[in-house]
Amino acid sequence: MSQTFNQQLKKYYSFYTIGFISFVIVLGIAEQMGMPRLYLGYAFLAATILLYASIGIMSRTLDVAEYYVAGRKVPALFNGMATGADWMSAASFIGMAGGLYLQGFDGLAFIMGWTGGYCLVALFLAPYLRKFGQFTIPDFLGARYGGNFVRSIGVFAAILVSFVYVVAQIYGVGLITSRFTGLAFEIGVFVGLLGILVCSFLGGMKAVTWTQVAQYIILIVAYMIPVVWLSVKETGIPIPQLVYGSVLEKVTALEKKLTVDPKELEVRKIFADRAKAAGEKMKAGVEPSYNADRAALVAKVDELKAAPTPDGAAIQAAEKAVDSFPKDGKAYEAQLKGQQGQAGRAAAPLPHGTPFVGVGKTDEEKKKSSDNKRNNFLALVFSLMVGTAALPHILMRYYTTPSVHEARVSVFWSLFFIFLLYFTAPALAVLVKYDIYTNIVGLPFADLPQWVNSWQAVDRALLSIVDINRDGIVQLAEIAIGQDIIVLVTPEIAGLPYVISGLVAAGGLAAALSTADGLLLTIANALSHDVYYKMVNPDATTARRITISKILLLVVAGLAAWVTSYKPGDILFLVGAAFSLAAAAFFPALVLGIFWKRANKIAAVFGMLAGLATVIYYMLRTYPFFTNMGVPKMDLWFAIAPIGSGVFGVAVGMTVMVLVTLATKAPPQEVQDLVEHVRYPSIKGDKMNTAGAMG
Amino acid sequence: MELTEAHRDYWRKNLRMTAFLLVIWFVVTFVMAFYARELATINFFGWPLSFYMAAQGSLIIYVLIIGFYAMYMRKLDIEHGVDEGAEQ
Repeated sequence: MSQTFNQQLKKYYSFYTIGFISFVIVLGIAEQMGMPRLYLGYAFLAATILLYASIGIMSRTLDVAEYYVAGRKVPALFNGMATGADWMSAASFIGMAGGLYLQGFDGLAFIMGWTGGYCLVALFLAPYLRKFGQFTIPDFLGARYGGNFVRSIGVFAAILVSFVYVVAQIYGVGLITSRFTGLAFEIGVFVGLLGILVCSFLGGMKAVTWTQVAQYIILIVAYMIPVVWLSVKETGIPIPQLVYGSVLEKVTALEKKLTVDPKELEVRKIFADRAKAAGEKMKAGVEPSYNADRAALVAKVDELKAAPTPDGAAIQAAEKAVDSFPKDGKAYEAQLKGQQGQAGRAAAPLPHGTPFVGVGKTDEEKKKSSDNKRNNFLALVFSLMVGTAALPHILMRYYTTPSVHEARVSVFWSLFFIFLLYFTAPALAVLVKYDIYTNIVGLPFADLPQWVNSWQAVDRALLSIVDINRDGIVQLAEIAIGQDIIVLVTPEIAGLPYVISGLVAAGGLAAALSTADGLLLTIANALSHDVYYKMVNPDATTARRITISKILLLVVAGLAAWVTSYKPGDILFLVGAAFSLAAAAFFPALVLGIFWKRANKIAAVFGMLAGLATVIYYMLRTYPFFTNMGVPKMDLWFAIAPIGSGVFGVAVGMTVMVLVTLATKAPPQEVQDLVEHVRYPSIKGDKMNTAGAMG
Repeated sequence: MELTEAHRDYWRKNLRMTAFLLVIWFVVTFVMAFYARELATINFFGWPLSFYMAAQGSLIIYVLIIGFYAMYMRKLDIEHGVDEGAEQ
């Protein structure tokens, strides 16, 4: 029975993949025949959202087990794909390769952190949670530690983590929709939300699962095509992951050359001088400097006009300079701050392949800053890995497989499908870097390719190339490039038609939507199942529980979109915060709950609260977003940035839990029996049936 | 619920394998990253070794760890009579 189901699924999704590729080819032909770009963007947006909606409608359900855990019949391979899409967010798809482009080796912390965490999922959690087999992660905490208090902390943490994370996803959705269709950001947010809701609203986990499989296929195809093409262009070999080592060697050689190139030095010196001058003017006081600078410009005009033979062009230029001078002290101060902020552009190019590049004047300073970077790398990797093994929307996916064995195999497929994208991202970053170092640097400004101008027109923060030293040639130091543009621009760098850009946007959208789906469902389930059904009204009928869940889904989604429309913080910080919070709140209680029979309720309460409090406290006191709002700032602990604060949270949570457990009584026999129960896939004569205990 | 010696043996073997795989995970992740600067001097098909490990090598090892664990536990389940086919 399950075998034929598996075969059927393979058939359906093969047809679907072929159908999707044909759709892209048809649009490609339409583009050649003159279809405008904006329509291509609309076509992709409409077609994919329609597709997700129809899967949602086909999978609509009123069955509790289907609504919460997809009926527990998702085969390992497909659960792997669904987890892949659930996992890979807008940050992975759009931001990661760009982050690697900008940070070189140090950015690889995200690559390792977001994959290695699955080892912890496989070894510590997935099989045991599947054996336990209820609906949510707070379910497990509630049953293992007893009572509603631990469950409530679990619910609170699950909602906090998922909400922070979902805001980052909806932000990504808004960004992509608005860029590729020309809609306003706020409208883009709500259009995207519609795509999320049609799916999860009708069919809960069942619909979300089958949509996520479809979304995984789109996002992986969209990610691979441009990179493979670029690899053929640069190396002649279509397997970028295998050959970019040689490209990295060339990039390193170019970096060395560009570091000492006289023209590059000239541009970097201009940036350094500007920053220094701006700093001195700030010191002298904004108001006096403003007046002095303005007076100097006006005097220049007068001087030119008073010359024996007035030079018309020079006068015009000088008058223009007066006109474009900041209108008041405030604008002037902003300009000075901007120039100071560009001090970083006076630095030589970062060696891409070198770990933890130290900066400083003396060797000792360099060593210290390099050690700092290493420690932050380790802390970030740890927080991301442990956070991975604690995110409720991911752990929940392992409730949906048919058996414990399938759950184990499904973690393998999950990481395999995630790996495909993650081991490609570093290759993409190196290939794009090589292309920019060879094809853009040294080019006359008049010959810049079309994509440079069109992206500069979209947003100067994404890409800006300005002739700083006025020699008419592009220097590397004159290029300012934003993290989020690298993946989106790759098709154009590779010389692919615009239809592939549309495909990449559809892939980014799939990544953001699928993650948002999983997160919203986690929040709605925590509220409807754990709070409403388990605590408020245990006699509720099935229909009522599902209705409540759907209403909550709408409310939460609306709330998340509303928060997102205020564009809070940066995406990377939101994501990092979610991981550290999840790691500190869930990991110690879940793992000790399975591996240590003695761990008890009071220890779980204190451990979870202490872990959460540590992370929240550390972020409030160190992250500029909060300290600028008036929270008193404190020094970093061991110079670890707030994004890696999970390392403190987990250490505190774990220690507190162990100490409190040792100081208090062991839990009652039935709890210890439950622990034995989850440890074995099946025991003869085991009367306990947690998975069957569902209503 | 009575646990037999076979059950206890199963759990001990599981713990041993979990610990073993965790050590591998720890070495390729944290020990490698700690010595990344030293490893960067070794050239691995064009990549500095630490760059290759962080970008690709460690990921491959993670996938293998999980795949191996699933296979090993399947065998262990059947040997100790706790596999899910056993109850039907």
